[in-house]
Amino acid sequence: MIELTINGTTRQLDIEAEMPLLWALRNELGLTGTKFGCGIAACGACTVHVDGQPVRSCMTPVSAVQNGQITTIEGLAHNAAGNAALTAVQQAWIDHQVPQCGYCQSGMIMAVSALLNENPNPDETAIERSISNVCRCGTYPRVSKAIRSVIATNAASTQGDTV
Amino acid sequence: MKMNRRRFLLGTTVIGGGLLLGYAVTRPTRQSLANRDHTEAGQTFLTTWLRIDPDNQVTVVVPHSEMGQGVLTSLPMMAADEMDADWNRVRVEQAPATDLFANGVLIKGFAMSMGLTVPAFLDRTVDFATLKAAEIMNMQITGGSSSVRFTGEMGMRAAGAAAREMLINAAAERWDVAASECDARNSFVHHPASGRSASFGELASAAAAFEPPRNPTLKTADRFTLMGTPVPRIDIPAKVDGSAMFGIDARPDGMLYAAVTTAPVFGGKLARVDNVDAVMQRRGVQRVIELEDAVAVVADNYWRASEALKQLQPVFSGTEFDGSSSNDIFAQFDAALDSADRNEDVHAGDAAQAFENAAEIVDARYRVPYLAHAAMEPMNCTVHFHDGRCDVWTGTQDNLGIRARVASVADMDENDVTVHPFYLGGGFGRRLPQSTNTIDQATRIASHFDVPVQTLWSREEDTRQDYYRPAVSSRFRAALNGEGQLIGWENIYVGKNEPAEAAHLAYQVPNQQIEYVESPTHIPFGAWRSVAHSQHSFFLESFTDELAWHANQDPLQYRLSLLADKPRHRRVLQEAAARAGWTTPAPEGRARGIALQESFGSIVAEVAEVSLTDEGEVRVEKVVCAIDCGRVINPDTAASQVESGIIYGLTAAMYGQISIENGRVKESNFHDYEMLRLAQSPEIEVILLESGDAPVGGLGEPATPPISAAVTNALYALTGQRVRELPLKNYRFLPPPTEASGNV
Repeated sequence: MIELTINGTTRQLDIEAEMPLLWALRNELGLTGTKFGCGIAACGACTVHVDGQPVRSCMTPVSAVQNGQITTIEGLAHNAAGNAALTAVQQAWIDHQVPQCGYCQSGMIMAVSALLNENPNPDETAIERSISNVCRCGTYPRVSKAIRSVIATNAASTQGDTV
Repeated sequence: MKMNRRRFLLGTTVIGGGLLLGYAVTRPTRQSLANRDHTEAGQTFLTTWLRIDPDNQVTVVVPHSEMGQGVLTSLPMMAADEMDADWNRVRVEQAPATDLFANGVLIKGFAMSMGLTVPAFLDRTVDFATLKAAEIMNMQITGGSSSVRFTGEMGMRAAGAAAREMLINAAAERWDVAASECDARNSFVHHPASGRSASFGELASAAAAFEPPRNPTLKTADRFTLMGTPVPRIDIPAKVDGSAMFGIDARPDGMLYAAVTTAPVFGGKLARVDNVDAVMQRRGVQRVIELEDAVAVVADNYWRASEALKQLQPVFSGTEFDGSSSNDIFAQFDAALDSADRNEDVHAGDAAQAFENAAEIVDARYRVPYLAHAAMEPMNCTVHFHDGRCDVWTGTQDNLGIRARVASVADMDENDVTVHPFYLGGGFGRRLPQSTNTIDQATRIASHFDVPVQTLWSREEDTRQDYYRPAVSSRFRAALNGEGQLIGWENIYVGKNEPAEAAHLAYQVPNQQIEYVESPTHIPFGAWRSVAHSQHSFFLESFTDELAWHANQDPLQYRLSLLADKPRHRRVLQEAAARAGWTTPAPEGRARGIALQESFGSIVAEVAEVSLTDEGEVRVEKVVCAIDCGRVINPDTAASQVESGIIYGLTAAMYGQISIENGRVKESNFHDYEMLRLAQSPEIEVILLESGDAPVGGLGEPATPPISAAVTNALYALTGQRVRELPLKNYRFLPPPTEASGNV
């Protein structure tokens, strides 16, 4: 038996230890927000959080994350705010009308959220290094704007705290 | 659904004269059918695309697929604006895949804009030689940058305006006043003289009794309330919380998963499969299915199916192409270009004489490789045969086309096949039925089961079994007179594809001879975002740039001098150049290039500013794009489509290369078929230009074609090296000469 804690709920699954987390989420648990894109951890569409860290679930066996807190796109809003309100990143994605086809955006949002949780004010290099997700619609200019708007809000609130 | 030749021609004439009618509006029988078959208690269809509920909600039924282009927002905006519906009371639905919601307007639009030549992406069942009416009407295709300019301009606006008139007529009758005394606003009809008003919902059933007007009056632009405004897209909220459903997310009860491997050499057949017994012992494996050219493993989990597939040992038959390579194919193209078996594309003036009289001749040879689409959502289709019927769940650019395809493969009546539409995880031409080989496999695989089966391709399978953008070779010669002026243009290229005008020259050249040769290969090809424009724009705009430098003229001024009769082309060039600072020097280590292309009714100029990395690789720093699309419906989605088109084209220019080795595709996944990512994404500035009464142009594709030449022209300005073959990843450029080395 494999025990996984996903979006705050612990589930027992009778699955192989080497099954990638992606297929446990999508095929065993019906959590379809996490997407299959390449199967070789090259595109980031399958990104989830394990203990807050971004993980490409298509190459991560379930045995490796049994003791971790797994967050998927479905649990992101709930997880961050304790209710169903959108996170700042999700709201910025709406404000800047980022998604086009939208298929890669779960992974993109998870990757950006992990980055900004770790470092509320990353520079361009840090952003470009961390966000290597592939988007075939080419939403990158808007991804960039949305990230910068969240950073600006973070900075403003930090200043507010210190004043 | 009858549409004979005479009626069809008449229809196009009427449209050409400016009387734009949504086909739905002219077919009250369709409206009554919609009311009979697609409404619940109290709901009323006014024209087949608009439904009004008693609670005053207007639902717009959209006969196009949402693949990120915003069509589920822009088309309803157009209908709601003409109707004077309150946007907060407008809902949107994807049209069901039934004949009733087939999109006749689309075919009319193309027939009008292209004579009676049907673009390839529409040719699924269209037979214009005989004009088989039922087949013509049987389509819900999304492609050709057509949704807004045809369905929207000719269909949705007319439908909205007709509904408005019918609602006003119903109110006038109820109040016993003249219709001319009534007005519509925010989903209510008002009679200002008496102060009475009634909601669209109250009036809908009475309005439906009126015949839809054949010539509804459309608004003039100054009266638009929604069109021209950046209305937020309705599909975006579901795309930030994981709830948006794509075809791959279909989860009908009891579903199994199929992993497939297809003959790697196109045309190969499955000879036999070894190791089946061992594979059948694996956990969750239900069945191994042999198809004519592929083998599938069906299991209760996709990972189990795909792991089992790796253990299977299929043997495919040899083909005559087993030794074929990209080099062989380009050599075959060169031989074809040398042959006398040429077809004329454009003949103007007397090119032969011009070349005879020329003081100088400039020539160049260009070529580009095959490209895959690489849509983010791997190809998939879920099929369930039950009770003599068939359900299909998939994201497609043509739901009715998929229905026809499944029915044909399964030998069933189309009416027994139900297609459930989903969002598309990228289209780009890949999800047109004629390029969706997954559908046939999924249908055949599912036919062995009484539960639903989702056939899902790996990324490797998607990369290696695509319908590719064709590789093309193209040769040019230019004749210059004693003053260096361009007097003759000669071009011969391989393979004429859609759109027919892709290789035609925007510039004024008195003597032109453009020809093509056909040189078929075993590589399957299909529509790829912007279709033939993507290759030809690179060739045309590169060679034009060569001629400008050869004439020692500024590339912008050179182009302008050849466009005296084309003010819209001049304007996009000038606007893009002005915003990019064309006349001021580029920052140290950078240079700019410019390119122009008209496609799908829009005219685009792009200026790229490039630099080199320390390793001599290209870095595109900034792109300025000016696009004249006639009129803009939604400026925000318009800008995002332009940004998207640029990055799609830039990815192709930088990295795009499908190589053939031993008859098969060498590349497999994103590590060897690379994509532009955030780190390589340039700053993009989009200038949307409007052109008064010009027809609305497309936006989904036109920004893609010019970007490759804009970048390579900038590279020439920077390094003096002319790129005549893509992609750029195969080059290392020398840094520009420094001041110390001196200018020659």
